[in-house]
Amino acid sequence: MFIIKYIKEVYRGVKSLLVGMKRTLYYFTHHKEIITQEYPDNRDTLVMAERFKGEVVMPHNEKNEHRCTGCQACELACPNGTIKVIFKNELTPEGKKKKAIDKLVYHLELCTMCNLCVEACPSDAIKMAQTFEHSVYDRNELTKILNNPGSKIMDGVE
Amino acid sequence: MWSFSHIANELHEWLSSIFNPTWTLVIEMVLAGVAVIGLFAGLGLVLVLMERRVAAWIQIRLGPNRVGPQGLLQSLADTLKLIVKEGLTPNGADKLLFNIAPFIAMIVAMLLMAPIAFAKDFQLWDMNIGVLYVSAVSSIMVISILMAGWSSNNKYSLMGAMRSGAQIVSYELSAGLSILTIVVLTGSLQISDIIHSQATGWWIFKGHLPVWIAFVTFIIAVTAETNRAPFDLAEAESELTAGFHTEYSGMKFALFFLAEYINVFIVCAIGATLFLGGWMPFHIGNLTDFNHVMDYIPSSIWFFGKTFFLIFLIMWFRWTFPRLRIDQLLNLEWKYLLPISMINLLLATAMAILGWHF
Ligand code: SF4
Ligand code: SF4
Repeated sequence: MFIIKYIKEVYRGVKSLLVGMKRTLYYFTHHKEIITQEYPDNRDTLVMAERFKGEVVMPHNEKNEHRCTGCQACELACPNGTIKVIFKNELTPEGKKKKAIDKLVYHLELCTMCNLCVEACPSDAIKMAQTFEHSVYDRNELTKILNNPGSKIMDGVE
Repeated sequence: MWSFSHIANELHEWLSSIFNPTWTLVIEMVLAGVAVIGLFAGLGLVLVLMERRVAAWIQIRLGPNRVGPQGLLQSLADTLKLIVKEGLTPNGADKLLFNIAPFIAMIVAMLLMAPIAFAKDFQLWDMNIGVLYVSAVSSIMVISILMAGWSSNNKYSLMGAMRSGAQIVSYELSAGLSILTIVVLTGSLQISDIIHSQATGWWIFKGHLPVWIAFVTFIIAVTAETNRAPFDLAEAESELTAGFHTEYSGMKFALFFLAEYINVFIVCAIGATLFLGGWMPFHIGNLTDFNHVMDYIPSSIWFFGKTFFLIFLIMWFRWTFPRLRIDQLLNLEWKYLLPISMINLLLATAMAILGWHF
């Protein structure tokens, strides 16, 4: 019947609108639900979400050693050429030549924080940091060398 | 006792004692004009801030809270910014129409202030066709929108203006029909008569079902007429940048912005007058004691309280509902609201004749 369908439609429409209004009235009256962070006032107490990714870093231990073998998996995985691995040759104690990284160049201005490089790395040498205040006056400062100067590869990482 | 009508009478007597009647009238008109402009400015500041706070709380945000205590001076700062901005007129625009369109919007808003009763016996002009006047003048609003859209020489503006034309012309019908429901029950078009007929209870209580339906229709129709979300197709920032006022900047934009809020205030004032008894305190039938207690609250507080309640309702709609498409918009009016309010008007007429209301 046309008229019954018509009335049902009106009823359903009104009901769904009322459900929506009930929800927004709940939010209107419950200010503790507010999710706004008053940054930068709360810079000291700011808690970042665990999944937040701000920048790629390479952790070093206290002896200034990192875990990067220079395998270039990260460079290949990166969709926009953000990472460049530059090599140097090192002499092992036995007098053999060994390939090692000289610099791991990271262009923060190109990075999309997609996390693909971190997942590609076979030796867990890099990870995502949670820093986010990246603005600088000179964009050259955004090109970073991830390994510390004079750092070596950790023992036992191949 | 202190009241608006008391002040107005004192002022009138004082002026009459100094000037002859003609000059008294002229001076009173100027004073009324200044008062209305002052009210507009005040309302603009208050309503913009209220809208932003309501929007923020509904969307689980904080809203403006930096300028002044609790962000109370935010809209003052915004006004200052708009005043010092350049009012640009585009090269291809029709200069004359482009520049007078925002003023027409404001003039319409000012004209609509005339029959509104702000407090007991405090009204600029209590004409005998008050309600008719309101619904007639409010439709001039569409002319300023069409003018702005057409003279801007911009596709978005024109599209926004055309949509707004279709929208206002359609929704005028159901707004008019729901106003008629009350006129039928009262038997008068005069605002003061309508308010006095609610001395024993507001129409929303006395008139039960037909008035409830009329009230809902009225609120929907006036939301559409004032071009506010969910009916803001004329602006539609996601598709038309800003609709009819895309090309406006500085103070001319501010006038459109202000006119929107003033119109919201006016339609809510009309709604409060028709359905919630205007300045009439909350009375229940013949409970004299209770009614006396209610009379102690000043009538202006009743009026503004009811009006702001309706304004909150309309803001609540805006921040809850998604925008309608133009076909859905016209469907809603022509297939649902109009037939329902026509049948409702018949029902109300029967009720008025047979005396089924309280
Ligand atoms: S996060 Fe993505 S874009 Fe950034 S360096 Fe790693 S792979 Fe490249
Ligand atoms: S960071 Fe990881 S993936 Fe990249 S070169 Fe070093 S070891 Fe290989």
